[in-house]
Amino acid sequence: MIIEHPLLGPRDAAEFVYLGDAAMIDRPDGMTVDDTGMHDYMYLRDNPAGDIRELWYHEQGDRSWLVVTRNTITHEITKVELARDVARRSGRSR
Amino acid sequence: MRYSAFKILKEALTGNRGWKPVWRHPEPNPEYDIIIVGGGGHGLATAYYLAKRFGLTNVAVLEKGWLGSGNIGRNTTIIRSNYLLEGNQPFYELSLKLWEGLEQDFNYNAMVSQRGIMNLIHSDAQRDAFVRRGNAMRLSGADAVILDRDGIREKCPFLDFDNARFPIQGAIWQPRGGTVRHDAVAWGYARGADERGVDIIQNCEVTGFQIENGVCHGVETSKGPIRAKKIAVCVAGSSSRVMEKAGMRLPIESHVLQAFVSEGLKPVIPGVITFGAGHFYVSQSNKGGLVFGGDIDGYNSYAQRGNLPVVEDVCEGGMAIMPMIGRARLLRMWGGIMDMSMDGSPFIDKTGIDGLYFNGGWCYGGFKATPASGFCYAHLLATGAPHPVAQHYRLDRFLRGAAIDEKGSGAQPNLH
Amino acid sequence: MSQPNRIAGGQIDDKHALSFRWNGRNLTGYAGDTLASALLANGIRLVGRSFKYHRPRGIFSSGSEEPNALVQLREGAAQEPNTRATMVELFDGLVATSQNHRGALEWDLLAINDLISPLLSAGFYYKTFMWPKAFWEKLYEPVIRSAAGLGRLSELADPDIYDHGFLHCDLLVIGAGPAGLTAARAAARAGCRVILADEDFRMGGRLNAETHAVADMPGAEWASATCAELASMPNVRMMPRTTIYGAFDHGIYGGIERKTDHLVDSAGKPRQVLWRIMSKRALLCAGATERSIAFANNDRPGVMLAGGVRSYVNRYGVAPGQQVAVFTNNSDGLRTAADLEAKGIAVSAVIDARKGDAVIDTSGRKGLRSLRLNDGRKISADCLAVSGGWSPNVNLTCHHRGRPVWNDGIMGFVPAGDLPPGLSVAGAANGTMTLASVIAEAHDAAKMIACDLGHARGAGKAPTSSDETYEASAIWHVGGSQARAWVDLQNDVTTKDIKQSMEEGFQAVEHVKRYTTLGMATDQGKTSNTLGIAIMAAASGNAIPDTGTTVYRPPYTPVSIGAFAGRSRGKDFRPFRLTPSHEWALANGADFVETGMWLRAQWFKRPGEAGWRDSVDREVAMTRASVGICDVTTLGKIDIQGRDAAEFLNRVYSNPFLKLPVGKVRYGLMLREDGIVYDDGTCARLAETHYVMTTTTANAGTVFRKLEFARQCLWPDLDVHLISTTDGWAQFAVAGPNSRALLSKVVDSMDLSNEAFPFMACSECRVFGGTPARLFRISFSGELAYEIAVPARYGHAMMGALMQVGEEFNAVPYGTEALGVMRIEKGHAAGNELNGQTTAHMLGLGGMVSRKKDSIGSKLSERPEMIRDDGLRLVGFRPVDRTQMLSAGAHFLEKGAPADMAHDQGWMTSVAYSPELGHSIGIGYLKRGGERFGETVRAYSPVRNQDIMVEICSPHHIDPEGERQRG
Repeated sequence: MIIEHPLLGPRDAAEFVYLGDAAMIDRPDGMTVDDTGMHDYMYLRDNPAGDIRELWYHEQGDRSWLVVTRNTITHEITKVELARDVARRSGRSR
Repeated sequence: MRYSAFKILKEALTGNRGWKPVWRHPEPNPEYDIIIVGGGGHGLATAYYLAKRFGLTNVAVLEKGWLGSGNIGRNTTIIRSNYLLEGNQPFYELSLKLWEGLEQDFNYNAMVSQRGIMNLIHSDAQRDAFVRRGNAMRLSGADAVILDRDGIREKCPFLDFDNARFPIQGAIWQPRGGTVRHDAVAWGYARGADERGVDIIQNCEVTGFQIENGVCHGVETSKGPIRAKKIAVCVAGSSSRVMEKAGMRLPIESHVLQAFVSEGLKPVIPGVITFGAGHFYVSQSNKGGLVFGGDIDGYNSYAQRGNLPVVEDVCEGGMAIMPMIGRARLLRMWGGIMDMSMDGSPFIDKTGIDGLYFNGGWCYGGFKATPASGFCYAHLLATGAPHPVAQHYRLDRFLRGAAIDEKGSGAQPNLH
Repeated sequence: MSQPNRIAGGQIDDKHALSFRWNGRNLTGYAGDTLASALLANGIRLVGRSFKYHRPRGIFSSGSEEPNALVQLREGAAQEPNTRATMVELFDGLVATSQNHRGALEWDLLAINDLISPLLSAGFYYKTFMWPKAFWEKLYEPVIRSAAGLGRLSELADPDIYDHGFLHCDLLVIGAGPAGLTAARAAARAGCRVILADEDFRMGGRLNAETHAVADMPGAEWASATCAELASMPNVRMMPRTTIYGAFDHGIYGGIERKTDHLVDSAGKPRQVLWRIMSKRALLCAGATERSIAFANNDRPGVMLAGGVRSYVNRYGVAPGQQVAVFTNNSDGLRTAADLEAKGIAVSAVIDARKGDAVIDTSGRKGLRSLRLNDGRKISADCLAVSGGWSPNVNLTCHHRGRPVWNDGIMGFVPAGDLPPGLSVAGAANGTMTLASVIAEAHDAAKMIACDLGHARGAGKAPTSSDETYEASAIWHVGGSQARAWVDLQNDVTTKDIKQSMEEGFQAVEHVKRYTTLGMATDQGKTSNTLGIAIMAAASGNAIPDTGTTVYRPPYTPVSIGAFAGRSRGKDFRPFRLTPSHEWALANGADFVETGMWLRAQWFKRPGEAGWRDSVDREVAMTRASVGICDVTTLGKIDIQGRDAAEFLNRVYSNPFLKLPVGKVRYGLMLREDGIVYDDGTCARLAETHYVMTTTTANAGTVFRKLEFARQCLWPDLDVHLISTTDGWAQFAVAGPNSRALLSKVVDSMDLSNEAFPFMACSECRVFGGTPARLFRISFSGELAYEIAVPARYGHAMMGALMQVGEEFNAVPYGTEALGVMRIEKGHAAGNELNGQTTAHMLGLGGMVSRKKDSIGSKLSERPEMIRDDGLRLVGFRPVDRTQMLSAGAHFLEKGAPADMAHDQGWMTSVAYSPELGHSIGIGYLKRGGERFGETVRAYSPVRNQDIMVEICSPHHIDPEGERQRG
């Protein structure tokens, strides 16, 4: 697979390490979340057959975490973003 | 029809005209006691044991495609019970025991072949871990032997003992491990279930569940609605897709696992061999093909095909331990979709919806589990209580902090 | 040395004779031959045996689809099983033997299987060999396995090397027949960067085998001229002998180029290169494969595909027989008779199925002698050219799980719309069966691709060519005989097997395939699948499109496993990482151990030491008595800077980090988000906004990854920056009561007294008169100890200098074993204890997980099953009989309790011999272990044949109060 890195251009997927669903960005605050909330964050997945937004880490490159929108049936990639931008857009800051 | 050497001889003399269909092709009834969603190995085994052990035959198995088209038709055929943890080992040992009597039990030769499985050891820490595992196996009544280099060389002289990047230091060997002709398992269970009255309905896709007030009464299918008292989902690879129709999210991701077979070669590899410093395992089939594989591709996928980095990684592992295979040719590669669970272990459980049951999350280890999975799922469906060896395979185990994490990789499915 | 079947003409060089050996016979062929054509030229018809019935088999085709003529090529370690003779380019000195027979090829003992074939009908083995149960492994299976397989592995390491390569192009053209050459030329002229790959050593495809004319020249000449033009263009890469074996994601194609397979010896060069080709677009011009017709005994040597017969006659100058008959169900087959007659070869009959004529049986035990026709005629023939029509080579179009669709016009499956993105198809692969339309289609396709990619230069005009119509008919199976009619020649699948399979309920196409093994041979059904599907359709009464196809999977043709592995084998399987003191260690008696990719000194052997224990005991004893030095560079080192660094650390470690003063080090416990212990190490605060974290060797990379995740994804606005400095700093542990004295002579002007630089202090400093360094007063050994780091380039010198300065203290270098002994003596957890299944409670560190803050893993670490009071705890063990040695991996059982899983109390994680205590010690996890010091339990290790009593004790075997390290 080829991932269009937003800063570096097309890179072979073998340069990256995969984590999983980009919902991992939405970590609840451990001091306020209830048991189920943290459990659901950690363990439950939509696991869609179709487009998924997922986290890839450019370990053999610039060490960016990326959010890649990819189809799990065709493997077609339609969007690649810096995870930091995605996190900020979803309201994460400090 | 009972199969035997005598029957084969009789048919040979009469032109092989007397063979009867191994199963019927029925249309579904409007209602059953139990519907099993998924006609793969586990679903068919469940139906078989429901009929045989519990006398429950008003049962239908609904299969979207052809029976046995799930991962039972797409795996590397290995059986073993070399697990470590209390939540797993007794279950897989039961499975191995069921394999050992399976062919006589269902009168079908699935070529259960206990030529042994050997996990190579390449470091002291790995040896310590395998000794711990071997002892756990022995405690649960399984067999395990630690081999030194000479013991390995005696069985597998072709391994690279002299020039390996990660030298072979020993192995854990389970003599009762081995391989089984995978398709025949589905066929044997299907034949046995059908013979006892179970309806196996192929080309029948479940499109929804009839759920009212938290109770599941039946399913919608491509052949119309079918009602049942109990609905047992058993669709590893598609678990999330199917359970989503019941409104459930699962602790499961779908990943692609590739596997490979070489051209036919005169048998040289005695049993199953796994590499301990890379991702490679191999056996040689009774047709002579090297059947091998390695790690999952690592990204979520429903595509049933993989990519080259893993193909190369697997072959590197193969050449690392047995450089004789360089001139053998890879004949066919394929990908199957694995239910990768959050701790690498499966689920056999009731769900929060009355009447709806779930079996899945087998990761890439479902084949060897087929008999025990069917046996324990049938037990749960028939008695309402989990079978003792499957009591840890609960959907709420992560809420309780009772993960069954053999590899210690944590809640990241692609690492299991 | 005459070649009885050699005729004039063709594209072979009859001035250049090549000698080769076949089954011990010396034979001659010519440059330009394949092994198959040379065997045929020498009149050799019987070349192998089929898989199941061991029926005599001859050469069936002239290409990569060959199911029959599989040979063992070369000898010794280079022996290569299952090699298709039709794909072996003949070379001088070639040695080949036939395979899959017991005894001589001509008198194969296993041919008895053919006589008992009624017993061996489809799936027979599923119905027997079950009684008595024990006979399977002891008798039945060994017999089956002794007959299994085709060729033989040498069982020796493959002597050749393989390379991997990467290529990029605008357009990859797959196949260099008329379509591929036309397309490549048009695209290249338009300005595209083109790769043209073909599996054959001679490009041109069927043009080389037929008598077509292109651009008013013989087709083969036009092909040569076009190849020459393409080769001269700088934007074209010509790749003959290269099979594109698979279509992968995002325009990536796998190619295998055979570099030296046509040479007698690879002479140190790579035998094959596995290419990964990144293409913007690809055009499949892979042509079509001819298939046979099912009739009784259609498998005898001499029965060949008609297109193959034309190849041998036209391209190789070989007469496949002296008396050739032709049997066809389509117009294409008829060309064969004309081509044969043009070469003066006798054609004994032309049997056109479309006119109602048919072959209903054949005879000739080891080679075809005669045919019986449906009108009763018997015809002499030593070769029968059969054409059952052509099947487009759609394989690559289906590698993304697309399914081809049936085309009644050509009686074959053609690509559907669901191709891999970027791939298009032209020519016979697309179901376009006549030459002029193939060329036109390929030219247009290439022009359109060039235009899409923005290459607007003139593509030129498509060449003109001869043309004729193609008509195929739906005649698949000729009845009229009780004898078997083969569908899959290699796997011995007959029409009877398919019918029986369907009668037994195996009706889905995948069921038939799996039950009969149809299409599962080394040719993956190239010549048999379509025929098989047609037989299935006829048996079920369904139409062919409703019967469906099986899934086409890569590789298109089989690829050497060695090629996939490339250079990553032997010692080069994975790179070595070497410590800065590696050369020093090598020169000082070290034995090394693999620690992940690292090679670390395990111990330093001295003269007179009999075994490793002597060395390790000495290293431990001398370190504890005076001072020892160990290279600990492999521990992960992460430099952390920024205004929010403290806050960041406080969130990634479970214990508090906000108040760590500058100049201090703290032990840090790191959890996974699921609450399990992930890693531990130290973290030193060098300055207000500057920390250095250490990790375990194993987790150096993954901890860094996880920190980056936290930094970029969880808290993107924290001001914190990370860099891995594991390889940047060489770090040495200097441990033992004399470590301070030693380091005082090393460190420039710094007060190392306990007051000025106490336990857990850290500082930047200089050593040996100005070399920058970092000093940490931390201890893994439990002794007064330091770790000192210098830039990695000084690491080698530093090791030597430390040892030199240490001479007066009798300093010893110590390796990982002594390191391990000392940490077990101290009860420090390491890899065996931190195996990803460990909670902080198990380590007795539950109190370190702060409840006052949210850190990674803190929430989920509180789940009830993870904090059970009766759970496992890390404790120490010593043998009740102090002379006994403990064994890691032993499980603990109460005395008198049954040895089963229900009574399992835990296990021993690590053991060592303590030279200071003079006996074996261990640490491990035990249920309620913390409350049980002084009790005894069984340490049960049946796989080690060991069962001993051990006493439970504190895991801190030595200096439990930690006085030494603080002193």
